[in-house]
Amino acid sequence: MTISVKIRKSLRAGPRSFELDAQFESASKRVVIYGASGAGKSQMLKAIAGLSKPDSGLIELDGQTLFDSSAGIDVPARKRRVGYLFQDYALFPHLNVRQNIAFGLQRGLWNPSAKADSEALRYWLQAFELDAVAHQTPDQLSGGQRQRVALARALIAEPSALLLDEPFAALDPSLRVRMRAELDALQRRLDIPMLLITHDPDDASTFGGEVLTMTDGAVAGEGA
Amino acid sequence: MEAALIALGLSLKVALWATLVDLVLGVGFGYLLARGRFPGRDVLDALLTLPMVMPPTVLGYYLLVLVGRNGPIGHWLQEHFGINLIFTWQGAVIAAAVVAFPLVLKAARSAFEAVDLQLEQAARVLGVPPLGVFLRVSLPLAWRGVLAGTLLAFARSMGEFGATLMVAGSIPGKTQTLSIAVYEAVQAGQDDTANLLVIITSLTCIVVLVAANRLVPNRAQGAA
Repeated sequence: MTISVKIRKSLRAGPRSFELDAQFESASKRVVIYGASGAGKSQMLKAIAGLSKPDSGLIELDGQTLFDSSAGIDVPARKRRVGYLFQDYALFPHLNVRQNIAFGLQRGLWNPSAKADSEALRYWLQAFELDAVAHQTPDQLSGGQRQRVALARALIAEPSALLLDEPFAALDPSLRVRMRAELDALQRRLDIPMLLITHDPDDASTFGGEVLTMTDGAVAGEGA
Repeated sequence: MEAALIALGLSLKVALWATLVDLVLGVGFGYLLARGRFPGRDVLDALLTLPMVMPPTVLGYYLLVLVGRNGPIGHWLQEHFGINLIFTWQGAVIAAAVVAFPLVLKAARSAFEAVDLQLEQAARVLGVPPLGVFLRVSLPLAWRGVLAGTLLAFARSMGEFGATLMVAGSIPGKTQTLSIAVYEAVQAGQDDTANLLVIITSLTCIVVLVAANRLVPNRAQGAA
């Protein structure tokens, strides 16, 4: 993956204002952006996914321009073909595991049926050992299962890159170690580019790849 | 007895249509107010909530001015479609719909605001167009709250008196709803009729409330 980000955005939360000024480029298939909470990592990830609009700048992914304020380009989120793993997974509470995973396969106005079935769906249910809970809703799952459902939901549509927002923060320590290893294996197997943001130095050192540090809205430098 | 049943039938017909109109408009405007970011949002909210605090007779007067033969809307309808709403059951529907509208709007707005924004974002990243996000995520998650407001609006429409009397008058068998029939009976000193009407009204209200409780199971049960 080659990703190139150069964006500015002013954010205001009550009396506090914040200047996001992120600028980085990477050709690595594993990019970790490390920084304390409130450093603007989430905002930057949302901007890459098209969920928040920068005031100005440029975002390119694999040679495709996703956002370019000077050229008036702003590809809508639904057409960016990036997978996004939300911090607390954002699984649809009213849909079962099958429907959650198949959600993006059906782009129209209706949700997949509770008995949805397809080759891709069967593959992911099996790959993540979710067959036994396929009919359950997210509130009946364990933390690890929830994360696997969220990963399967993001990956089934074969995105060109996967963005991960603090993927292990919601897990307890022992599970965190296991899920890191799972994600590591998954990245090797699928060879899909991943961009991960985290405030946990352990994530940065175990997940590896290129590590960038973000402080006060700016990507400061390389190495960690 | 027959006259009373006719009044009951008319009340139900008017309330059902008014509720249907309120449901469609309330969901639309409720979502707009919950998620839209545009100048004048607060003013729009205030205007749409006005029927809740204004006396129904004042609303009825406004409606007369607007949809009456010489009003801008009434004149236009008469001119182009030959439609006259004053002293018709359709006029009663409009009166009841206006009076009960804020109940659906308020419920829908808070129900949509309670939907986690991340779930809508997750749907967008998965490639679903805006209308799909609304129908597949926002509406199903807000549905319970919308339904509760809709049932309240139905009950309020059933009991509508002031605005209905101003706009539709009190024509037996045509625009004389239950609540207006009760008033007429008492005015005319027909105590037997009044008693019968009051009993019918009370029974109807109980049936509606019981049905409402069945349709909207309480949250403790529904959460499982």
